[in-house]
Amino acid sequence: MFFQSNINRNKYFLQNIIFLFFFIFPNISFAAGDAISYPKNDWSFSGIMGTYDRASQQRGLQVYQEVCSGCHGLRLVAYRNLKALGYNDEEVKAFAAEKSVQDINEDGETIERPARSSDKFVSPYPNDLAARAGNGGAYPPDLSLIVKSRSGGADYLHALLTGYKDAPSNKNVPDGMYFNSYYQGNLIGMPQPLYEDGVTYADGTKATPAQMAKDVATFLAWASEPELEDRKRIGISVICFLLVLTILSYFAMRQIWAPIKSRAKKTS
Amino acid sequence: MSKPKFKNPVVKWIDYRLPIFTFMDHELNHYPTPKNLNYFWNFGSLAGIALVTMIITGIVLSMNYTPHVDYAFDSVERIMRDVNHGWLIRYIHMNGASFFFIVVFIHIFRGLYYGSYKAPRELLWILGVLILLLMMATAFMGYVLPWGQMSFWGATVITNLFSAIPVVGESIVTWLWGGFSVDNSTLNRFFSLHFVLPFVIVGVVILHLVALHRFGSNNPIGIDVKGTQDTLPFHPYYTIKDLFGLGIFLTLFAAAVFFFPNFMGHPDNYIEANPMVTPAHIVPEWYFLPFYAILRAIPDKLGGVLFMFGSIAVLFILPWLDRSPVRSSQFRPIFKIFFWVLVLDCFLLGYLGAMPAEGIYVILSRIATAYYFFHFLILFPLLPYIEKTKPLPISISQPVLSGSYTAASSAAREKK
Repeated sequence: MFFQSNINRNKYFLQNIIFLFFFIFPNISFAAGDAISYPKNDWSFSGIMGTYDRASQQRGLQVYQEVCSGCHGLRLVAYRNLKALGYNDEEVKAFAAEKSVQDINEDGETIERPARSSDKFVSPYPNDLAARAGNGGAYPPDLSLIVKSRSGGADYLHALLTGYKDAPSNKNVPDGMYFNSYYQGNLIGMPQPLYEDGVTYADGTKATPAQMAKDVATFLAWASEPELEDRKRIGISVICFLLVLTILSYFAMRQIWAPIKSRAKKTS
Repeated sequence: MSKPKFKNPVVKWIDYRLPIFTFMDHELNHYPTPKNLNYFWNFGSLAGIALVTMIITGIVLSMNYTPHVDYAFDSVERIMRDVNHGWLIRYIHMNGASFFFIVVFIHIFRGLYYGSYKAPRELLWILGVLILLLMMATAFMGYVLPWGQMSFWGATVITNLFSAIPVVGESIVTWLWGGFSVDNSTLNRFFSLHFVLPFVIVGVVILHLVALHRFGSNNPIGIDVKGTQDTLPFHPYYTIKDLFGLGIFLTLFAAAVFFFPNFMGHPDNYIEANPMVTPAHIVPEWYFLPFYAILRAIPDKLGGVLFMFGSIAVLFILPWLDRSPVRSSQFRPIFKIFFWVLVLDCFLLGYLGAMPAEGIYVILSRIATAYYFFHFLILFPLLPYIEKTKPLPISISQPVLSGSYTAASSAAREKK
């Protein structure tokens, strides 16, 4: 009797904890974010089984290369990492060799050489000041972690890239600034980057701004979280293992405690 | 008690000279534990496991981390991208901090609900509060190490609190920083301290366990164990129960690590620290939010700092604030209601800590802060005079209700 009531209450308490964990914390973190909400897209990499859509990643790389890389670096990603997008060694080497990097030769002289697979993506500007000076004082951020470092992630990026509108008449847009409905304060230093057929996709996909935004966001999500596919794959095995362990230990516990519980029932 | 007979001759030989096996057998195997413990008593062992997890992953991370303002951020990204399974180790460590605090907060509220801080367990409780303080210091310094925007600005805001101390405040802040702003020397010393403090925590945890094993665990009905009929050996009854609890804990933990690793973090911390750019909102990690809310609720800087540290300080003297001889809330109908009010109050403070300090949030923070201190400083000492407690059972194995409030409490008082 005594134990019985205890067990029921425990179940209720455990439910409470799980409830608190999953429902209170989201509220806190949402509350900490900005008030702007972004349209939700259906990303190939969302959900616990999600993986990056290879074709979209490759198109995204092309958009980055042809549109973004003029101003934005990708300094934490190495050319060799592109193998994860489905390219082979030769393709990666050829891709890297198009860029040149500064190095020092055996005689200690500064030289320019073609980039190798082991090099990181070459940034468009030698330093932050040069980047700022080249863009009218606005700093074009490095994109290596852009999806992880913005609340809203890939949805934010997609919204921003497709969020250029004509400014409302009451909004004064200074020279060198552009109106974007999803940027904090609506005034952004980056001109609209994506236009209809801004790139020509090798696979024949129609290059609408929405399509390009989606592809480049997929590519940059990968740049932010290259481990995502491994992480989710391992995660599923780990959770399965832990569930089996938990269930087995539950029944082992029941069995070990059985004599104690039946004795307790008798006395009460 | 009969001396345990070890069959293995090597064990026997060692144990005769160095009785560690007898000790372990006594403290982990036969250790008499009340037989009515509920699942809330799982959280002590879970906290221990969380601490060990943090230390192991932390040591591995430190092998690949560079505590320098120019390299710290990139060295963490190298761990995430190039070190084999480095992302796994780092996400375990990062989320492990949050889960450690979740477990410890539940452990503390369990102690509050069942009166585990009362005589003779006052020192056990105080050591626990000391562990909490050390954990907070360690977690704060650990959050600085990735050298993201929140790392830097969080460190700036929190270390600046010490400037509120009259006369010597500014000098103390300079001394803490090792310079005139949060910079390389700050990062270096924080790394050093973040590495060493967990081992100090281990030391205090050992004392916590020694104090625990002196009188054994409290239990849900909060009355003393009367004899062997009330207890069970720790092994196998509680080892298996702890294993089951660990299974659930690890499943939730793994779900966070593998599927929502950045859920409890702040996106700004993936932007490298920049002393020239202040983030729109500087928010500490979620486990500091209630304390942050108290800090900001007080209009005066020094006052805010005092109240924030006061919110922990009241926990140290809690065993003497609560005058009721009845431990468990099960027999304290009014206390029980106020316990849940306190829980809600802490959640409210946590929510307010994440909000900007303006308008209604400031007023609510003040009310919630006032309630927090009212609860500990006024309610705890006065409640025993008003509250009519329910009759206590005679023993754990004989839950026969007998005697009235006066009989039970006067009996308890006579014992003193």
